Amino acid sequence: MAEHTIKAFDQEMDKLRGLIAEMGGRAESAIEKAMLALQRHDKVMAADVVAEDKRIDAIEAEVEKLAIEIIALRAPMANDLRDVIAALKIVGVVERIGDYAKNIAKRVPLIAANQRTQEPIALLPSMGQVAGEMVQDALNAFAARDADLAVAVIERDTVVDDFYNSVFRTLVTFMVENPKTISECAHLLFIAKNIERIGDHATNVAEMVYYAATGQTLPDRERGGAQAED
Amino acid sequence: MTAMIQNQESMTPAVETKMTARDVKVFYGEKQAIKGVSIDVDMDNVTAFIGPSGCGKSTFLRTLNRMNDTVASARVEGTITLDGEDIYAPSMDVVQLRARVGMVFQKPNPFPKSIYENIAYGPRIHGLAHGKADLDVIVEKSLRRAGLWDEVKDRLHDSGTALSGGQQQRLCIGRAIAVEPEVILMDEPCSALDPIATAKIEELIHELRGRYAIVIVTHNMQQAARVSQRTAFFHLGELVEYGVTSDIFTNPKAERTKDYITGRYG
Repeated sequence: MAEHTIKAFDQEMDKLRGLIAEMGGRAESAIEKAMLALQRHDKVMAADVVAEDKRIDAIEAEVEKLAIEIIALRAPMANDLRDVIAALKIVGVVERIGDYAKNIAKRVPLIAANQRTQEPIALLPSMGQVAGEMVQDALNAFAARDADLAVAVIERDTVVDDFYNSVFRTLVTFMVENPKTISECAHLLFIAKNIERIGDHATNVAEMVYYAATGQTLPDRERGGAQAED
Repeated sequence: MTAMIQNQESMTPAVETKMTARDVKVFYGEKQAIKGVSIDVDMDNVTAFIGPSGCGKSTFLRTLNRMNDTVASARVEGTITLDGEDIYAPSMDVVQLRARVGMVFQKPNPFPKSIYENIAYGPRIHGLAHGKADLDVIVEKSLRRAGLWDEVKDRLHDSGTALSGGQQQRLCIGRAIAVEPEVILMDEPCSALDPIATAKIEELIHELRGRYAIVIVTHNMQQAARVSQRTAFFHLGELVEYGVTSDIFTNPKAERTKDYITGRYG
């Protein structure tokens, strides 16, 4: 795309994109580390995830400030306007994604080491990986203005939903068979739900990216399936 | 014909078309300034012409009331109609045409006469007033519509040129209104005004909308976004894109429109 006649405008837009890329990278790494901490029962790593969420929150505030400045001072139009508005909305959603990763990490120390049920725990990291990749791809699509990649992210949400349904059934079976695992399985159920929500939020980000890139909103049929409520 | 893009997803068809241009070309001597422009101007929407300097937007505006007739080297081809009537037909009375299609210029240009006379002159020479009382009514009505009455009612016989720039421009709009035009053309009417005077003219354009078909040429894209419902983007003598203003400013279809309105042009 051609550069703006006013170079400082380009620099501000680049900074906005840079911050969102950083935020996306941090959110994805928070999901990955939270899953790893769960698998290894690593309380230190889990505490790291909680601490690092502060940076995600700080980036959200920084993007909001910059976006408002750009709107006030540059009066962006057309694709620039759509990019700034999308950035403003995306950071709000990615901040929530960061919170879900933090919530997952906070549950790690609550699951006692001697009561860990290996089978469902083994299912969760693959689910987390798919959700994390969705987050990363959605933000890569924003950086590259790639509407096709955004659509691909939206389509992948059903994978996460299917994972969730499978984990749910497995955990219920475990709880029925062995009531001693209920406390642990309840935590794991919440974790699975958090990951499922991350997938939904990544889908929302992808929809905003699609709008920013094309100026069109997606027709309903292309939206991801099973959008469970919070 | 140029490959003009109609960005009109939400353009409603049920509007009263006032002026129609078809394949209009304008030449200044050998140089072609307008390259086949077709556009409809309607009563219900303010139409803004935007584009970089030299794109032809003012030249095209001037074809709508034959102001280019005064330029010796200018030649106009194509068809322009007002209520279906060809305005370049030999039978067309140009003086009458310019009363029906009024114009407001970039620089306020009141006559060096009183405020009253600035308004009264047109109705008087066009025979629209019968006697002094009639003329008084027209002057008051025109100044009210131009949003100037309250500011000048106690000094109608002061010189028009003694008013501030913004007041002078509203006086010129009042002068155009006084002869009961159907269309008002505005050629960068606010470029010589401060932001407050500009806001008053923009508010006036809103109030006049619907009563007259209004076409405004502006360099200020924010102004086009604020005052118009239809926007036409001109570039190098072509009409590149014409559509609903909110569509043009959020999702222009043509690359050239996008580059211009986002500040990437040239």
